[in-house]
Amino acid sequence: MKFRERIYIAITALAVVIVVGLLFFIIFDIFKNGIGVISWEFISQPPREGMTKGGIFPALYGTLLRTLLMLIFVVPVGIFTAVYLNEYGRGKRFSKWIRLAINNLASIPSIVFGLFGLGFFVLFLRLGAGLLSAALTVGLLTLPLVVVSTEEALKAVPNSYREAGFALGATKWQVIKMIVLPQALPGILTGAILSVSRGMGEVAPILFTGVAYYLPYLPSSIFDQFMDLGYHIYIMTTQSFNVELTKPIQYGSTLVLLMLTFSLNIVAILIRSKIRRGRIG
Amino acid sequence: MNNIKISVKNLNIYYGNFLALKDITLDIPEKSITAIIGPSGCGKSTFLRALNRMNELLPNVRTEGEVILDGQNIYNDDVDLVSLRRKVGMVFQRPNPFPKSIFENVAFGLRIQGIKNREQIEEIVELSLRRAALWDEVKDKLHKSALELSGGQQQRLCIARALAVQPEVILMDEPASALDPIATLRIEDLMRELKEEYTIVIVTHNMQQAARVSDFTAFFLTDDNRAGMLIEYGRTSEIFTMPKDPRTEGYITGRYG
Repeated sequence: MKFRERIYIAITALAVVIVVGLLFFIIFDIFKNGIGVISWEFISQPPREGMTKGGIFPALYGTLLRTLLMLIFVVPVGIFTAVYLNEYGRGKRFSKWIRLAINNLASIPSIVFGLFGLGFFVLFLRLGAGLLSAALTVGLLTLPLVVVSTEEALKAVPNSYREAGFALGATKWQVIKMIVLPQALPGILTGAILSVSRGMGEVAPILFTGVAYYLPYLPSSIFDQFMDLGYHIYIMTTQSFNVELTKPIQYGSTLVLLMLTFSLNIVAILIRSKIRRGRIG
Repeated sequence: MNNIKISVKNLNIYYGNFLALKDITLDIPEKSITAIIGPSGCGKSTFLRALNRMNELLPNVRTEGEVILDGQNIYNDDVDLVSLRRKVGMVFQRPNPFPKSIFENVAFGLRIQGIKNREQIEEIVELSLRRAALWDEVKDKLHKSALELSGGQQQRLCIARALAVQPEVILMDEPASALDPIATLRIEDLMRELKEEYTIVIVTHNMQQAARVSDFTAFFLTDDNRAGMLIEYGRTSEIFTMPKDPRTEGYITGRYG
């Protein structure tokens, strides 16, 4: 009996070691090879000499811009959906169907979103392949994240606050606007940040909807094509005429992307732990 | 007996198919305290929440019968819930101040009415806090969080918040059950002062409390199908000294409940 118990402990511990070990190995490898590449010039200059030299500024710029655009679309739609589900449609069968749809949306492979974006935004709505189409496509992918985390935040607002508001003669919208949403704000913020860090690294959805291999100019409107960090890494490793030569740039770009998403996740975690502490204290 | 403020006629309340309150008829006099007593689950809170239509926040609740407030049935289709609830305020079992400042808690009811005049708001906030016997304790920290107050202070803040919208009736759902004895006595003193101007209906588990503060007492009990019904209603002095129904006597002498 005791021996078997030990085996189980060993197996579970081994699994943990594999997970943590892999994570550390990946991060260590990227850090080791990437840190030397990163400099102000790398961040602020465009690529030169057939993308074998120079920096990644246009890709960084495109990624940030398309993510910002995505946020403008995804945050209001996500919040209002969650408000509907949790405040207006509570217990209704219709809400259950919406929730089911949202959960399914979250499990669709990202390349399918890419194809949908091409068909719907680029061709059908004639938005063309550019920042807007790409942002909307990535937005669809991160929408469930915002809806679910906002709903969680709304659920965590005690019902007694709502009752107190109604008993004072507040309308439903007044209760939502003045009591529920302010109270749920940190949770909503966390969801928004997580959606940014998720959306930022996605490549498949933008593949057909606006990303470009190389552009000599920065995009000047939301309908322009753009360069993107994740895609830049992909083409550097697969399409570049000299993969070995561009390796430092690949590592550098990867490290930049990783640091961006990590730092956003850390901000989200900090906000979340602050909420928890606030609840207890 | 004072004028009748609220007249409840043949009130039935269902949760889905379950009859929770059966055929309640009683008159609540103006500017007095009416206590609803009875064991747990006898529909006291459901009855109270029928008086400002708070039951409707729950799904599947159906109400039959009439609740006539100042001559108008509040269950008529043309009744505006917002103005009804301004007229009939409510204080809950657990103190539930908003996680805002003390000032903003009391000002909430004014802000939702669209009142923007700062002086007017400050004036009503002070008046309401004074009436709730809280002003002296909080006047120097009006802009601190209401959650920093003690339980008893929070409950008086909730009373002040209800008073700020100038209601005529105040419903209290076991307002002192989460408080210590001293805070409870303060709430009771406050209720005695408030009845000079307001009609108060209080649900309480605590028979001594009903005997101490109320002018009228209604005793509720469940029947064999767990539906709450009114057993006896009358002056508190009579209910507690010479109850007519043996079940009332049994309850107040502590035989069950």
